[in-house]
Amino acid sequence: MSENLLKLKNISKDYYGNQVLNNINIDINKGEIHALVGENGAGKSTLMNILFGMPVIHSTGGYKGSIEIEGKEVNIATPHDAMNLGIGMVHQEFMLIPGFTITENIKINREITNPNIVSRIFGKSLETLDFKKMNADARKALDKLDMGIDEFTLVAGLPVGHMQFIEIAREIDKTGMKILVFDEPTAVLTETETQNLLKAIKKLAESGIGIIFISHRLDEVMQISDRVTVLRDGEHVATMNTKDTNTHEIAQLMIGRKISLDRKEKTNHISDETILRIRNFVVKMPGEEVKGLDLDVKKGEIIGIGGLAGQGKLGIANGIMGIYPAKGEVVFEGKPLELNNPKKSIASGLAFVSEDRKGVGLLLDSSIEFNTVFTSMQIHNDFLIKIGPIKFKDSKKIREHTKKMIKDLDIRCRSPLQNAGSLSGGNQQKVCLARALTQNPKLLLVSEPTRGIDVGAKKLVLDLLRKLNEEQGMTIVMTSSELAELRSICDRIVIICDGKVEGILPPDAPDADFGLMMSGSRANSDLRGDLNG
Amino acid sequence: MTKKNPLLKSQYKNLLTDNMVPIIFILFTLIGFLVAKGVPFSFFLSDLSSRFYRNAFLVLSLVIPVIAGLGLNFGIVVGAMSGQIAIAIVRYFFIEGIGGMALCFAIATPIATFFGYLTGKLFNKTRGQEMIASLIVGFFANGIYQFLFLFVVGVIIKVPADHPMIKTDGVGIRMSVDMGTLKYSLENILEIPFMWAMLIIAVISAGFLLYKRYVKKDASTIENKLGFYAKLTGSLALLVISIISIATNNSLMTVKKVPVVTVLLIALLGLFNNLLLKTKLGQDFRSVGQSQHIARSNGIDVDRTRIIAVIISTVLAAWGQLIYIQNMGTLNTYGAHNVIGMFSVASLLVGGASVSKATVGQAIVGTLLFNSMFIMSPEIGKAVFGQAILGEYFRTFMVYGVIGLALGMYVWNANRKSRITLDPDEAEKLVG
Repeated sequence: MSENLLKLKNISKDYYGNQVLNNINIDINKGEIHALVGENGAGKSTLMNILFGMPVIHSTGGYKGSIEIEGKEVNIATPHDAMNLGIGMVHQEFMLIPGFTITENIKINREITNPNIVSRIFGKSLETLDFKKMNADARKALDKLDMGIDEFTLVAGLPVGHMQFIEIAREIDKTGMKILVFDEPTAVLTETETQNLLKAIKKLAESGIGIIFISHRLDEVMQISDRVTVLRDGEHVATMNTKDTNTHEIAQLMIGRKISLDRKEKTNHISDETILRIRNFVVKMPGEEVKGLDLDVKKGEIIGIGGLAGQGKLGIANGIMGIYPAKGEVVFEGKPLELNNPKKSIASGLAFVSEDRKGVGLLLDSSIEFNTVFTSMQIHNDFLIKIGPIKFKDSKKIREHTKKMIKDLDIRCRSPLQNAGSLSGGNQQKVCLARALTQNPKLLLVSEPTRGIDVGAKKLVLDLLRKLNEEQGMTIVMTSSELAELRSICDRIVIICDGKVEGILPPDAPDADFGLMMSGSRANSDLRGDLNG
Repeated sequence: MTKKNPLLKSQYKNLLTDNMVPIIFILFTLIGFLVAKGVPFSFFLSDLSSRFYRNAFLVLSLVIPVIAGLGLNFGIVVGAMSGQIAIAIVRYFFIEGIGGMALCFAIATPIATFFGYLTGKLFNKTRGQEMIASLIVGFFANGIYQFLFLFVVGVIIKVPADHPMIKTDGVGIRMSVDMGTLKYSLENILEIPFMWAMLIIAVISAGFLLYKRYVKKDASTIENKLGFYAKLTGSLALLVISIISIATNNSLMTVKKVPVVTVLLIALLGLFNNLLLKTKLGQDFRSVGQSQHIARSNGIDVDRTRIIAVIISTVLAAWGQLIYIQNMGTLNTYGAHNVIGMFSVASLLVGGASVSKATVGQAIVGTLLFNSMFIMSPEIGKAVFGQAILGEYFRTFMVYGVIGLALGMYVWNANRKSRITLDPDEAEKLVG
């Protein structure tokens, strides 16, 4: 048995009563690569934040449990403590200054300095930087990673793969580095860059550093790790030796059976007619890029779009509605849709409930009734009285309509004049829906409809969507990170991976299929559904 | 050796748009010479050089805050006031000559440090809005300054009414205070003829260039051959011109003499700025200026670093104002500090600096170009419209226009960079 390096014992954490980690036990040995896997929201980031003493943990009441490093219990109160204890992290978002050279980035705030006349009087901060020594150190760190690039190159304009390596070089340049955390290091890398990175990680582990490897890509986990720990909804599900398991098993453990929302049988009929046809669709939405997607939506169905964060599922609806630059062919009801023009999209009968409720969805400082009717007023010229060239708001009609919506959707508010910003999350979401419905859409795009709202409100929103679909035959495209809710109301579920359709599954497909598909695992290529199926 | 590069053309285009403001000013000055025929070059140089000695120090005090990410520090007005308070104290006790001047520097430093600290604190509270905050701080401080000089002196601090500095009713300081022998106290130490100074500068710069190229074998001089030879040719040309004019005693010898100490102070400050950036503190300034978030996550005390930058800037401005006023000869008690914020900022911008980027060289070039415009605009007004006053209006228009243009271009560039666009080629590749 190799030497124990880090032990996380009985770690629990709640944010104001909302349990996000429950009794997690993980230990890491010297030279071990320990993979940590789990869905979005499984608690991986929270666990790492605890390990790094991030302020967000301590400002929300700290955590329960203990951390031991090399057998000694330690108290990590700040990121600085973590650094001193030899814990390093390679961030998912690059913490590099583009205007600095590689050396300056590697040595940031750890610069090597020489005393000079002035500094002897006024103190250490006026010591001259010793670029020769700094460059030499940077060179050494880069060489360890087999990076041939010159250490005095500016970081701006380097390929992302290089930036990742510079981050790693910065961590290994720190003396006494014992534990290194990689948070989704391969998410932005190409195939070859990924292989280089994995090689470098292996090399680091061989030198005795303990490595925590967080990734959604199960292939990589299988390829590189010694052991793997699975988290699900803040619970420690399992820790296994990688060689004793397989991607199928890990995927199944990751998804698991959640407290499932009941699924009722559908009563209405889905026609064979294709209402929305998407071909070669590309959307430039930062962090959620769509890269050449093909999809058909049938009239009268609820189609779910799932997948991990950052894979591009949110980009689809935003691209169709013209909120982010898009390219490709979109045919709606047999007519080609003009892209990059929100007005045309809305006018042709599409309505959108955005995932960014507070940014795009609502005018927070305006009343419920104005929020409800304002798109219809702008695009469809509803709720207006025309007198000559001047258009007036038809206040009476607006009031009546809003009251009806408030009743139908059960929006809990004092009056139609209450500001949207003062409503609870669930009720804000209902106002968004009310506005979408006011447009009498032929197709409703809903993104993350239950994000940030409580369980009771979640059910109401989902029931409402189903009711709209069953009673009015409205076609709904629902995008969500929560697989369980997609499975509870959708007729088909499309899984997006790397900006493309990875596959289409029925809602009652086995957990492992969903898990494998979401992680883009190569092993499941036989499962990939026929796109036009 | 120039590489064949399809980007080259757009690089030149970028070079033009990036340096639009300096180019406009050079053209303006040249046009001035063309239309206003009666302006002798030696007069122009005399005027320009004395304006340069006066203002360069103030403009240089703006460089550090820009590098530390605080933008253009209009708050140097506060530093200028600290300098004027020091002068008032020294003049009140009739301390004369270079000793009095040294005392001014000594008194101004702690006052400016204190105000700089407060300003820095404020900037940390108004993060992201530092520039507008600095502008308002200037106006606000002006109120306190007037309260101090018009009321406190006389009502709270009793002063004799027959003191030449005090108004005849015994309350408040006069509109203008004579500097006595503080006037030209720095200049009087040593002055040398202009062309001799040029000769010395030419020799030093040529020597320095050659040393860097052939003894230290500095990479930048070897890679950027064009820049190296251009600089060397410039120095040598200056050398030749100064030798000719010294030998023939032509009109250039009538240019006003150079105050060596003032010039040395300006040079030292330039050197100080550059050396400071090579220290740990300077590196922290740059880190903080580039990204507060990344600096903080690497353990740099961002707030403290920013406060230090503001203190340095404020103290330097106080010193700069002392140099300015001893050169003017009288202290315009309630007006001397008012415009220096705007004028210094405009000078720096004219040199090609922006809200996020400034160098010592830009400050120097900017001071020269901005003051050239200042000298030439009444001449152009006279020549073109027959009225010098029109040129005066034009000055005002240029000062605020330059600031507005530079700020607008900065935001425009930033927006252009952050705009999300879909590259058609990239899309094509993805679709395959």
